Amino acid sequence: MKLIHFFFFLPLLTVATSCREDELVVPSEYDIIGDENHTGSIRGFYLVNEGNMGSNKCTLDFYDYHTGLYSRNFYSERNPEVIKELGDVGNDIGIYGSKLYVVVNCSHKVEVLDAVSGIRLGQIDIPNCRYVRFHRGKAYVSSYVGPVLIDPDAPKGAVYEIDTLSLSVSRKVSVGYQPEEMEVVDDYMYVANSGGYRAPNYDYTVSVIQMVDFKQVQQIPVGINLHRLKKDRYNKLWVTSRGDYQSRPSRLYVMQKKPGFNQMIVTDTIPVACSNMAFFGDYMYYYATQWNNYTASNSITYGIIDIRTKEKISDNFITDGTEKEISIPYGIAIHPETGDIFVTDAKNYVSSGTLYCFTHDGRKKWSVRTGDIPAHITFLQK
Amino acid sequence: MKHIWLSVGILSVSSTGIFAAVNTDTLSRQLEEVVVTARKSNEDVIPAQTLAGDELQRLNSNSVADALRYFSGVQVKDYGGVGGIKTVNIRSMGTNHTGVVYDGVELGNAQNGQIDLGQFSLDNIEALSLYNGQKSEILQPAKDFGSAGTIYMKTRTPVFDEGENYHARATIRTGSFDLLNPSALVELKLGQRVSASLSAEWVNSSGKYKFRYRRVNPAGELAYDTTAVRQNGDINATRIEVNLHGVLNTGSWDFKAYNYNSERGVPGAIVNNVWRRGERIWDTNSFVQGRYTGYFGRFTTLNHLKYAFYRTHYVNNDDKQVKIDNLYRQREIYFSSANEYAVNDFWNISASYDFMWNTLDADVYGFVKPERISQYLSAATALSFGRFRCQASVLGTFIHDKITGQQAPADKQVFSPAIFMNGYPIRNKDFSIRVFYKRSFRMPTFNDLYYADMGNSQLSPERVTQYNIGALYDHSSCSLISAVRISADAYYNRVKDKIVAYPKGQQFRWTMLNLGLVDIRGIDVTGLITVNPYRDLFLTFRAQYTFQRAIDITNPADNYYRHQIPYIPRHSGAAVANAGWKGWGLNYSWIYVGERYNQQENIRYNYTQPWYTSDISLSKDFRLGKVSLRGLIEINNLLSQDYDVILNYPMPKRNFRVTLTAEI
Repeated sequence: MKLIHFFFFLPLLTVATSCREDELVVPSEYDIIGDENHTGSIRGFYLVNEGNMGSNKCTLDFYDYHTGLYSRNFYSERNPEVIKELGDVGNDIGIYGSKLYVVVNCSHKVEVLDAVSGIRLGQIDIPNCRYVRFHRGKAYVSSYVGPVLIDPDAPKGAVYEIDTLSLSVSRKVSVGYQPEEMEVVDDYMYVANSGGYRAPNYDYTVSVIQMVDFKQVQQIPVGINLHRLKKDRYNKLWVTSRGDYQSRPSRLYVMQKKPGFNQMIVTDTIPVACSNMAFFGDYMYYYATQWNNYTASNSITYGIIDIRTKEKISDNFITDGTEKEISIPYGIAIHPETGDIFVTDAKNYVSSGTLYCFTHDGRKKWSVRTGDIPAHITFLQK
Repeated sequence: MKHIWLSVGILSVSSTGIFAAVNTDTLSRQLEEVVVTARKSNEDVIPAQTLAGDELQRLNSNSVADALRYFSGVQVKDYGGVGGIKTVNIRSMGTNHTGVVYDGVELGNAQNGQIDLGQFSLDNIEALSLYNGQKSEILQPAKDFGSAGTIYMKTRTPVFDEGENYHARATIRTGSFDLLNPSALVELKLGQRVSASLSAEWVNSSGKYKFRYRRVNPAGELAYDTTAVRQNGDINATRIEVNLHGVLNTGSWDFKAYNYNSERGVPGAIVNNVWRRGERIWDTNSFVQGRYTGYFGRFTTLNHLKYAFYRTHYVNNDDKQVKIDNLYRQREIYFSSANEYAVNDFWNISASYDFMWNTLDADVYGFVKPERISQYLSAATALSFGRFRCQASVLGTFIHDKITGQQAPADKQVFSPAIFMNGYPIRNKDFSIRVFYKRSFRMPTFNDLYYADMGNSQLSPERVTQYNIGALYDHSSCSLISAVRISADAYYNRVKDKIVAYPKGQQFRWTMLNLGLVDIRGIDVTGLITVNPYRDLFLTFRAQYTFQRAIDITNPADNYYRHQIPYIPRHSGAAVANAGWKGWGLNYSWIYVGERYNQQENIRYNYTQPWYTSDISLSKDFRLGKVSLRGLIEINNLLSQDYDVILNYPMPKRNFRVTLTAEI
């Protein structure tokens, strides 16, 4: 009968190993960075970790220049009552006035928080939303799917206008296929259309929206599969093309208005690949990640372009060799006062990333572990 | 007769003396029996686990995948519900290393290499066996020497008593998830030497079930508590199967035609703000297969032929996402010839050759329509000296791929050896010790190699090396404790060139690379005891425990270096208690899966809690004239635990099922 004891003991053994407990809301974690700065007008910055699709691991991190503390998973701690937390695949972040907007792509919503406390104020449901920009008291969000009108199989994308007081959609306009980033210059909005759902028939245009009546007035041909669209201090637009990932490489285009005309035209095609960029003074800092089929590895490049001459002036803005540690650069931002450069590393997309802070002359100042796929940064003013 | 079977080792199953003594009328019956009952004496060479007959039917299982949870060393990935995908991973080596054999022929999926075991109901399954390494027979298709671990599903074979000409069985199951599942089986004796069976089944379920997410903050206060209904998990499926069995003067033959048709919703991950998705899948899986076995003196031959056609139609109707409407068609032609020769009483040799042709066609832009010719050549030998047995095999695999529009990758050849040994240190053969060493590999699937934008045609096969040492105590008697069986195995596996998804450029673009290196050490313990304390009362206890340390040792620079790989618990186990008394059956089963991590990094954010469920069932057999009836009532997840097997795929709370079977 001793054998019977063995059989009863067996389950007990495993129970003793570990039992199920109440599921906790994911708590914040803090790292001491110590890079304090009490003098400037910047209080800190928010970083959105995208999280892999279906993992519901979009998280928000915050770095505080007052305390020198980096906090991971800031959102759940401040808003424990939100069911299933921040959501699935963060795609953009922006601060306007006292509010912080987080675009959560696969949760089909824009989450609105108090910019200082991080407490949730509400959400705006926008299907497959991508990027957010602000203009005259309104937030604008690009979305891959607009209203289904003519061709239900290939709906065009849209830009939604959100009233920042009532947090509701006030207007929307249909643009090209799968729109990405946008900017407003002189009361016209420019939207980069990718057509990513239509490969190989990518979209190749920038949509122009007249802000007064919120109508698309023009589509300017630029290049296939457009993604980034950012304006510099001279109101020039810098637009990136992802290429077709095969024969047509990623490219960087510059658009500006001819003197005396109100129309943006493509003035330059800069023969560099560009995945993302940030401006500081008269310089643009960029990186590019491109897959090389021949070597079966990612080829990663960094560089600085003088935005006045549109010439590449440096092949790397990291000067101390740290770039060898970065496997997939995924986001870039520059501190508007100190010029510190932030680069995120998404690694293998399914493990914690790293945020690197470099001094303006490209030496590593510090780095910190982030959530999965750290990608988008916005600075909080005091 | 049983004595003979028990004393005949696998090495001499084919030896002529025995078959010559059996008249052909009962040959087919005993041939089938040998597979089932002979296991008891022959399983020594390789650790094998089997669930069969009544015990299998009482195990509160909806599908084959559910039943496999009672085997040690097995992890089932379950996406929840009746229609949710369920795949099996043996000893942490990965789903693609698991072979699944249905009535003698391995099921294939050249597209992604994974078999959804949720599609196979237990309705007509008679026995379910799990072999680590490979089956301990040398007379088997070359392909069967190839997998790192194999699950054998065996359907019911007609056995007629004197004067019987037919059997019929009708079953109806209903219960939670709006389940309606009627099935029927007819067995006919067509002649002295030929019998047939027809089995058909229909499953319809809304797949709706309640699930709950509850979180508390570190102070213990409730943060949120929500209960919702799982949507888009419906299934409507039919299965029809026709079998013919025949006996010849010097052998036997079988023929099978199988058709499975389903329409399913894909419930998808539950994430913030998304509680319903719009993906649907239509599957049609059809195959015909034949088997011929011949005995000619010292020579035995086993031949298989199969043609399979699989059609998958995938649609994403979610108007918030990219529209997808793709049709995939796979075809497979398979031929195998296995031949064994008994050199003398203690030495057998075998050689097998398999040929397989696979194609995949899809209406996807830029699809390369891969075509694959695989050839397998194996040689094996078995030795048996009294209390010591040994089996060694070597398999050569030759793969040739052809694709349209691109240059095909170079042909691949892989040789994989294996050696299995078993000995009885004590004279009475109750106690045995076994060891095995095996190298195996998995070919990159068509998806790994050629999937639009993601595939990498330069991939090499993913390799596994297994070392196993174990012991078994097996004793039967007529006393109070009528049977005892305890086995323990310790193993060390190494997965090299593991095929992993690797990010490529930006925007969730991936490619496949031979990048991973995994070190797996584990212990499997199983035990079974049957007690007969009172005349008709039989109590059976069965338990299994698995310890696994499966760590990623790819690159010391990774922040998950030496961390446990995703979804592999360190501790898992199951326990079953079964009581039978005068037609009544009471079954209690308990499954435990310990804490796991849902991603590579073992950090708090990836922590997944342990889960354990209790299932209970009660059955009663009775007769109404010539009709024998069985009623079965099952309650699953008795304590209504809210758990996820896979992150964001919630499992059902307490649910029940009622089954009524009538048999003539």
